[in-house]
Amino acid sequence: MRVVIAEDAVLLREGLVGLLERFGHEVVAAVGDAEALTEAAMAHRPDVVVTDVRMPPGFTDEGLRAAIGLRAEGLPVLVLSQYVEQTYAAELVDAGEGVGYLLKDRIGEVSEFVDALDRVAKGGMVVDPEVVRQLLGRRRDPLRRLTPRELEVLGLIAEGRSNASIARELVVTDAAVAKHIANIFAKLDLPPAADGHRRVLAVLAYLRT
Amino acid sequence: MRALLYLVASAVPGLVAVAVAVMAFATPFAALLAVPAVPLVAWFERWRLGAPAARHRWRELGLGLASLLVLWWIDLVMIAFAVGGPIVLIISPAVQEDLGPAIAASVAGAVLVPVGGYVLVLWGRARMTMARELLEPHRLEEVVASRARLVDAFDVERRRIERDLHDGAQQRLVALSMRLGLAKLDLPPGSPAAEQVASAHEEARQALVELRELIRGVHPQVLTDRGLAAAIREAASRSPVPVEVETDLDRLPEQVETAAYYVVSEALANIAKHSGASRAWIRASGRFVMEIGDDGKGGADPARGSGLTGLADRLAVVGGRLSLSSPAGGPTTMRVEIPCE
Repeated sequence: MRVVIAEDAVLLREGLVGLLERFGHEVVAAVGDAEALTEAAMAHRPDVVVTDVRMPPGFTDEGLRAAIGLRAEGLPVLVLSQYVEQTYAAELVDAGEGVGYLLKDRIGEVSEFVDALDRVAKGGMVVDPEVVRQLLGRRRDPLRRLTPRELEVLGLIAEGRSNASIARELVVTDAAVAKHIANIFAKLDLPPAADGHRRVLAVLAYLRT
Repeated sequence: MRALLYLVASAVPGLVAVAVAVMAFATPFAALLAVPAVPLVAWFERWRLGAPAARHRWRELGLGLASLLVLWWIDLVMIAFAVGGPIVLIISPAVQEDLGPAIAASVAGAVLVPVGGYVLVLWGRARMTMARELLEPHRLEEVVASRARLVDAFDVERRRIERDLHDGAQQRLVALSMRLGLAKLDLPPGSPAAEQVASAHEEARQALVELRELIRGVHPQVLTDRGLAAAIREAASRSPVPVEVETDLDRLPEQVETAAYYVVSEALANIAKHSGASRAWIRASGRFVMEIGDDGKGGADPARGSGLTGLADRLAVVGGRLSLSSPAGGPTTMRVEIPCE
């Protein structure tokens, strides 16, 4: 894949370039601030963008804002954050499919990280398990109507897993997972539309509570 | 005693002022004497207070003028009545023909001496307080202001620490973890080296988690970026006790957001540690009122050295107030108000 990377810490930027090249991806641009990121991404139209949240000049959330802007332009974006901030995760998920929000720690789990990047590039949605874990601790409407098992399944959906992968994780059949998901959609009053779309809405409901 | 001396010191210039004033009736030019007298009077007032050199020139001159025209006159009248009154009564047998009532008056005069003295001391104290307030105003405001500066400096420092850790140690650890992750891929699975690297990798991961938690306590990034409402929701979602959040806050001044955020953190920590509550709630609105409550066992006592006192101090700096209701048996409600324009 062709990738554009934005990260202001040189050490990490170089490391990311090395890591992705090692897995056979091509880094077409590696930049250090949000403005350069937007320029590079619009110029190269890569398969996926990887960006840090906090970058010059303001060191607040420039990277996240740039990512949401690029997502609106139709580019898949994976945002790396030093901290678990649900606010950021929710804003990203709002931006649609082909988005990811991961803790920087996950870069260390090299294979999982590259795998997540793949999923985002293919239009999937990846939310850091840590965000999901925190959210699971909150039981509120409309999620209150879900059984613990359904919540668990929804948590895995929020991580961007496919039905097959969820079935493997929970050691149940694909049919059982499909049934759980149908129940979740029904309980969350999600209109029967394209499955993927409903998945996003379910995750949104999940992140909003 | 000091008050008495202070007041008696008024008598001397007071009499001079009276003399000048009497002359002024005779010849109006004497009144001009009062003009150079004003700074002199002001200096005298400051000297007898033992006050440091004033930084408020105009206030000092104002006090001088007031002393000259009004205050010393009142002092004289007070001294005349409190001292002169009993004396006149006591010596009445010497001047009165009729001894019976005169002796009674004399006794009454003797009884009145301490009363007169007491009145003098009270007036002296009042005068000192008045002069001091005039010469050294805003002492309380200055204390509050210096405390605010301290808190601001403290917040700036926290932010600097957070940024240094974020840009330094955290990035290095992530890079280290990444290198170890890559090294693991290169090593034959199951080899001793692979196991060593795997455990080093795990150590680095743990260190990252711990560092992250530590930094969050120092200064939450989301507070800076998205403001108080988002930071409250974020904090509530990490609470082991389920917290309902209702807020319609816009961005508030930075000091207000920071102070309020620390109240929320402390309150949530207290709820988790001591309350035994099954649920809690936070309602925040306007500019700025917040209520934090829980259905726990109550009995929270600010006097028992909890973090509550620190919170009240922290709020006082931004002019905020904290009130707590926590009867034994619960529920506990904490209310925070911070005025902001």
